[in-house]
Amino acid sequence: MSVDMNMNILIVDDYKTMLRIIRNLLKQLGFNNVDEATDGSMALQKLRDKDYGLVISDWNMEPMTGIQLLREVRADSKLKNLPFIMITAESKTENVVAAKEAGVNNYIVKPFNAATLKTKLSSVLGNF
Amino acid sequence: MKGKSAKHGDSGMPPELNARLSELQAQSRSPSREDVAEVVGEMLQSLEGDLSEVNLKVYAELEGLAKYILSAKREIAALRPDDITSEHLPKATDELDAIVGSTEDATNSILQAMELLEGLTPQMPAEVAEQVTNAVTQVYENCNFQDITGQRITKVVKTLKHIEDRVEKLVAAFGDEIQKYRETHPRDEQPKAGDEKLLNGPQLPDEASKQAEIDALLASFD
Repeated sequence: MSVDMNMNILIVDDYKTMLRIIRNLLKQLGFNNVDEATDGSMALQKLRDKDYGLVISDWNMEPMTGIQLLREVRADSKLKNLPFIMITAESKTENVVAAKEAGVNNYIVKPFNAATLKTKLSSVLGNF
Repeated sequence: MKGKSAKHGDSGMPPELNARLSELQAQSRSPSREDVAEVVGEMLQSLEGDLSEVNLKVYAELEGLAKYILSAKREIAALRPDDITSEHLPKATDELDAIVGSTEDATNSILQAMELLEGLTPQMPAEVAEQVTNAVTQVYENCNFQDITGQRITKVVKTLKHIEDRVEKLVAAFGDEIQKYRETHPRDEQPKAGDEKLLNGPQLPDEASKQAEIDALLASFD
């Protein structure tokens, strides 16, 4: 199955510089339709207003964290199958386990490199 | 207790002291230091008649303990714990916030420059463009540091807030003891003089002069 390179991708992080870095790396990989949100609640609103093919979210944000966003997404009948990648500095086993239990598709630990991002995207979306 | 006076009740204590203890037990809050000191004082005053060697030893121990507590209180007051919450911790927090702000600004400038460079790659020979793109990617990857350092500094700020809360409680527990100490022991620190007086930077963004202001100041000397 080929990957839709025109899909909308939502990236969520409370650090503007991190949003900028992820956006630029996605652009290098050929994904140009990228929207941004700075916390889970803003992201959830955007996900309900527009069709997205992927969410890449940080964990540690206020008021709504990444894990809360993930749980909201999985509890929503329209969004429950949306691919979701967590990209975070929270690297403890218990965090990864909690994210997996909440339904995350993949998990990237910060600081990360472009190769890791590409590998994880391929794992979730298929090779591109 | 030996030689107990007839004015003492069944408990061996004077009725007024008994009443005072009952009153303290009945109240919902913990007794204050003043309450305890008052009761201990009354109790010691109530000791009458022949005091055994053991009693005298206990009395001496209590007196020694009271002196030790008083000395410890003075030493803690001398550390000026109120300065920690009113001056040192807020200053440290402001400095850390400034670090987060300046690294964010610098990272954004780096990213902007890299985006500009990347935008020029279509005009470059393919081989050169690939090398430039790889270098730009490495810069993007390394700019991760701003997010990580920002999060670490936020954790440190939270820890400082926690310490501030604890010290505030300590200051509150001392009541006016610290204020009294301040009044009776004014600081004898010598103000900075000479070149040392000029070593206070880097200033926080709100306190720093802009280059234009410095230029205007320099021009005013002409």
